[in-house]
Amino acid sequence: MSRGTSASSAVSLSNDERLEHLNAKKKQSWFSKLPLISELRMSVGWQRGMLITGLVITIFFVLVAIFAPVLAPYGYAQIKDANGEAFPTQSAPSAAHPWGTTVAGFDVLSRTIWGARTAVIAIIVAVLLSIFVGVLLGLVSGYFGGWIDRVLVVIADAIYSFPSLLLAILMAIVISGGQSSLWGGIFASGISITVVYIPQYFRTIRAEVMRIKESAYIESARVVGASTWRIMTKHLLKNSTRTLPVILTLNSSEAVSTLAGLGFLGFGIEPTAAAEWGYDLNRSVADVTAGIWWTAIFPGLAIVLIVLGITLVGESLNDLADPRLRARKSAAEVIGSIEDTSVDPNKSDDVALEIDGKTIDANDTSDIATAVVDDPVVPGLPNSSGAAGQYSDAQRQGDER
Amino acid sequence: MSEKTADQVDAKAPSEAKKPKKNRLSGGFFRFVLTRFLLIIPTVFILVTVVFFVMRATGDPISAAQGGRLSPEELQRRIHAAGYDRPLIVQYGDYLWKLLHGDLGTTLTDNQPVSSILVHYGAATFELAILALIVALVVGIGLGRVAARHRDHASDASIRVFAILCYATPVFFLGLVLKLIFSSWLGVLPSSGRSSIDSEMQFGRLVSPTGFYIIDALQLGDMKVLGDVLQHAILPAIALGLLTAGVFIRLVRTNVISTYNSGYVEAARSRGVSEKRLLSKHAWRPALIPIITVMGMQIATMLAGAVLTETTFEWKGLGFMLSQYLKARDFVAVQGIVILIAVIVAVVNFIVDVISALIDPRVRY
Repeated sequence: MSRGTSASSAVSLSNDERLEHLNAKKKQSWFSKLPLISELRMSVGWQRGMLITGLVITIFFVLVAIFAPVLAPYGYAQIKDANGEAFPTQSAPSAAHPWGTTVAGFDVLSRTIWGARTAVIAIIVAVLLSIFVGVLLGLVSGYFGGWIDRVLVVIADAIYSFPSLLLAILMAIVISGGQSSLWGGIFASGISITVVYIPQYFRTIRAEVMRIKESAYIESARVVGASTWRIMTKHLLKNSTRTLPVILTLNSSEAVSTLAGLGFLGFGIEPTAAAEWGYDLNRSVADVTAGIWWTAIFPGLAIVLIVLGITLVGESLNDLADPRLRARKSAAEVIGSIEDTSVDPNKSDDVALEIDGKTIDANDTSDIATAVVDDPVVPGLPNSSGAAGQYSDAQRQGDER
Repeated sequence: MSEKTADQVDAKAPSEAKKPKKNRLSGGFFRFVLTRFLLIIPTVFILVTVVFFVMRATGDPISAAQGGRLSPEELQRRIHAAGYDRPLIVQYGDYLWKLLHGDLGTTLTDNQPVSSILVHYGAATFELAILALIVALVVGIGLGRVAARHRDHASDASIRVFAILCYATPVFFLGLVLKLIFSSWLGVLPSSGRSSIDSEMQFGRLVSPTGFYIIDALQLGDMKVLGDVLQHAILPAIALGLLTAGVFIRLVRTNVISTYNSGYVEAARSRGVSEKRLLSKHAWRPALIPIITVMGMQIATMLAGAVLTETTFEWKGLGFMLSQYLKARDFVAVQGIVILIAVIVAVVNFIVDVISALIDPRVRY
């Protein structure tokens, strides 16, 4: 808005080379409708840069996790080399140990690489479990309402308001008694994290369901005689998962931090069972005071990077889902400013017609369609649009009077 | 076209809504506050119940804490003396009853009443949280406003990356890095603790120590002690503060941008109000509302962060004690600390909900 007055950009409309992009994509393949791909195409400028950077980092860690046995020079619990000679302890980075060794003689590089595997598995377990349970509960609670809803909301709120790390600690105590084996440890952490995040999915899905359950198409589905199950799975579920990718990514990054936090407090996975960054950091606290940096920096940076990568993806998705935050695509800006000029219904004949034409043209390309309606009301603000409707009704009545 | 009318209505809506809102305030609002207040009770009750049964699911606290160190007979005798061999439901009732009277039990490892631990170490955590909140607000609001002002420019992008970095860095790793740089390498700041031994001894002379070292230092009137305490507090406060600063930056930026783009700011701009004033007055005030709300919600994050920060810096507060008791498997103490935190969070959430209901009538249900 601050970039020049509306009138001037309306004049420059026909010359604006950015308009070329408007008609660039008429047909979309199924490929471009995939969640991440469509967002990737929608994004522009540094926002796209953020999304791509995030994706690259995330994919990098997934690859490292998959190929850990190939990439890592040693095992995660290996303290002797092939000749049976023990690794030096707390040795500075060298040719044999590029990132040095820990106080227990573990190779830092190997443990950092193996740690990626633990982190990725923990994310998958945690996210899958909490999505499944949270979405189901949210659907039921939001659609049926009544006492089930009330009870679930109180419980979810109680859990949600609680610091997630403390909850994870409690769960870790119960599930594993504090220390555990590879899969036991991963599942203990995964389930601990799950318990923490179920309420978030629950709340989001419930809020969405509550919002759309009153909308006309649900009403008409009910009138037509669709079963409750069909309405829930077909109409509600599909339309209430809009914000899910965002929460999902943000939660997976939190899952990594929670896992590391558990490990740091000594409630993670035993070092002989799997490599875990939080545990390594816990061991390095004493090293840091002595000025030994390599045992802390590398696993720590790994945590920062993976969380950063996932968060970048989540943030970009969030921005792209919200038209107010989306970096303006040139087309959106142009059209938005035309709108500004076409307020007056008496004067708007020529310009408005043009826009209408564009709008109809652009209807089949989803991103432009949303860009045209460059209005925060679009995706999910029934309040303001409802208020607008009421207001204009009232106004009309007033005019008639 | 219709979008524009919607905008106009939106801009008008607040003033239009003012009159009916006053009427609603009288009945609906107080009913909301009352129901919301009463909701604290089940929330705390649920948490106490969950924590109790979760902790007991692993067995009785005495064998958890002292198993292996005592002979089986001695262990059995102690379990019996403490009443841990009674049915779980009886123990639960007993625990609730004592809880109502403010008795949280006695720690197993060092035989102190849990309530006195909470009082003794709570101040340290509180002090750390306040200092961290100051850091978070200064950094968050300052950078958030700059980012909103220069939206989509290089400075905005770099501030956002910084915000995400703040959020992505685990508080204990940031703590370790800060320790490494400022204490191990540069040697300018102390690496752990709340004060040096000298200051600690000075505090011993105080008649009524508050537990807040900064206040205590002011009470002593000794600038050297105050400086020492502040020096110790810098790194933990920055580590914990930056954790939440990332959230604040994001929040301030988003909200300022959305108010900055709204109709009345545009109107003010067309009246010739300077951009600087637009940002600091017109766009800023309404943007504050959600910021206050989230600030309250960040208390929970801060408390969890405090556990890790205190462990990293050996800052002797509730979080440090919690991790100590966790290591010692002293579940009576853990239970007490966890329940205290639950109560704090529940109360803070209540206050936040009331504030946001005052501001936004749609919240009331």
